Amino acid sequence: MKENIQMQLSCPMPKFDFTTINLGHGSGGVLTHNLLNSGVFNILQNDLLNQKHDGAVFELQGQLAFSTDSYVVNPLFFPGGNIGELAINGTVNDLAMCGAMAKYLSLSFIIEEGLPIDTFWQILNSIKECCTKANVQVVTGDTKVVEKGKGDKIFINTSGIGVIHPKANIKLTNIMDADVVIVSGNIAEHGIAIMSKRTGLEFETDIVSDTTNLNFTIQKLLDQFGEDIHFLRDATRGGLASVLNEIAKDGNYGVDIMQIDIPVNEQVNGACEMLGLDPLYVANEGIFIAVVKKEIANEVIHFLQQDENGKNAKVFGNITQQHLGQVILQSSIGGKRIVNMLPGEQLPRIC
Amino acid sequence: MKYLTEYRDASVVNQYLNELHKINTKPWTIMEICGGQTHSLVKNGIIGLLPKNITMVHGPGCPVCVTPLHLIDKAVYLAEERNVILCSYGDMLRVPGSKKSLLEAKANGADVRILYSPLEAVTLAKQNPEKEVVFFAVGFETTAPANALSVLHAKRERIKNYSVLTSHVLVPPAIEALVNDENNVVQGFLAAGHVCTIMGIGEYSPLVEKNKLPIVITGFEPVDLLQGILMLIKQLEKGEYKLENQYSRVVKPEGNTEAIKVIQQVFKVCNREWRGIGEIPMSGYEIRKELQGYDANVKFDIQIDKVNESAECIAGEILRGIKKPNQCPQFGKKCTPINPIGAPMVSSEGACAAYYHFSKVDVMA
Repeated sequence: MKENIQMQLSCPMPKFDFTTINLGHGSGGVLTHNLLNSGVFNILQNDLLNQKHDGAVFELQGQLAFSTDSYVVNPLFFPGGNIGELAINGTVNDLAMCGAMAKYLSLSFIIEEGLPIDTFWQILNSIKECCTKANVQVVTGDTKVVEKGKGDKIFINTSGIGVIHPKANIKLTNIMDADVVIVSGNIAEHGIAIMSKRTGLEFETDIVSDTTNLNFTIQKLLDQFGEDIHFLRDATRGGLASVLNEIAKDGNYGVDIMQIDIPVNEQVNGACEMLGLDPLYVANEGIFIAVVKKEIANEVIHFLQQDENGKNAKVFGNITQQHLGQVILQSSIGGKRIVNMLPGEQLPRIC
Repeated sequence: MKYLTEYRDASVVNQYLNELHKINTKPWTIMEICGGQTHSLVKNGIIGLLPKNITMVHGPGCPVCVTPLHLIDKAVYLAEERNVILCSYGDMLRVPGSKKSLLEAKANGADVRILYSPLEAVTLAKQNPEKEVVFFAVGFETTAPANALSVLHAKRERIKNYSVLTSHVLVPPAIEALVNDENNVVQGFLAAGHVCTIMGIGEYSPLVEKNKLPIVITGFEPVDLLQGILMLIKQLEKGEYKLENQYSRVVKPEGNTEAIKVIQQVFKVCNREWRGIGEIPMSGYEIRKELQGYDANVKFDIQIDKVNESAECIAGEILRGIKKPNQCPQFGKKCTPINPIGAPMVSSEGACAAYYHFSKVDVMA
């Protein structure tokens, strides 16, 4: 787990003549310009954004990947991160899972009127820090404000374009019989960190979100192993179980996994026991699954364990020609069961 | 994790399994009462490891599954028509009422909240004095003390806008009803460890004696369950009937006397309808007359038409152990967790949901 670092505001907040964002800030008029010019453009500035066009115009070489995602997390700030970090890391990671290094992002806000400007400023700062860390630029964007009650404080959408690594060939159809399934680290930390702060559920814990950018880790992995990395996916919403089911069902493979080999932090395990949740279905934001050629499994693990995003990487399963379309887990006591897709949100149980 | 990993130890499990295979000579049908036990059995793949002679059938101990349809309709009515803040444990939300579930009512704009404790509902009532707050108090003897405590707490704090919609059910009368059913196939029971943690073991000895019925009070982890099954099969093979306590690290013979006192202060035993099974005499709790101001049933005078269950759902037979979930013609076809016909398919403790989510095809065969 990451250390719980107090948020440092890298840019002091400019003097705004308002304390909360209101409908006028999304009108496109003077207030919108005030908000953008005194804050957003300055903090995120780069050559392309500074042109303030309707869109960004640029050249890119090579095969490209394009991805989009929306962020609606509640609460906005949680142990280990905030919605702004998720919005950058999420799209950077989606591109990374295609084998691409993110280059340019779009960034759109839908703000519910009444959002304190300092909350918005904190989120913007996190966005900037994440962009710097992931070496990606926000080159176009949008801000809309909706009436009180029509949103939930702030929603963010990011889309991104990235350049595919020359050695990457990541496709579901590349997965082969006997390939091994690797998880990059301890699962379920993001979801439990969020839940520990939800109204009505608050509990004391040191667990922090695992949100981070995975693009450099994936690039190094592809530099080293190229086409032998058959498939990558980040295990975000729906957790590990959902990714495995997508592999099994969309690719028509069988997947065998071993409960004993799935890395789960003890505190996370304890929280899941208490809340009646299965860590296999709890969300992650900095964890990915790699399906790789059997022969390179040990090397990949060794390689990942040297990386800050793969210290607890483990082989926990393999692809099989048996039980096509199904994920079968061998429990820690040796029994076997299906791991299915979740029918809806995981709800806490009665007793 | 201390107190957990040692009860999931594969070597201990294997030791019990080996012994079980060694001593088992005849076919036996046994029932675990509690839905939590059902899920642990299926989730850990235990059923597939047992001798083929041993048939596990799954009991009615899923509080959400046995909550009558009309009570869910009442909760939905309160949330939608009476403008209350309706609070419930998460499990209850997806269970279908005759027209809709609480989750659907929430999606349509009703104020339905998932809580972990009824005491949070009392706090909500305090924070929202202009609204009525109702807690949907579902559960066996395990959740009764906390629900009772919430009423006493509200009374002490003079909070008048809090009430409880009770659907409490009790285990021993259910066992009695099951063994007296003419279709009963169950030869021995694993009683629910957490229920006995509260209530003690006193109520079970008469059941054992009167019905010549072996009962083993059992915990929830793989080692607990296998030890409980082994103890029960040993009795059956020897032709004995005794009350035994596998879960002695938690269950004291007298139970939790403070919790029992709180229950008795707030609730009295009453006849109770069980969804899919029907009315069982003296099998539930209702709020005592002197605390009626906290009884949502009395406070709101709810007029709801009783609607019959879908004829396609065989939950009653499943909850009595007569059939297994996968013997239902609708299982996994018309009835799935996304479109459930009956409650056991949707609750996290329901037998149908356990089979649907976790069972391997060959385990279900």
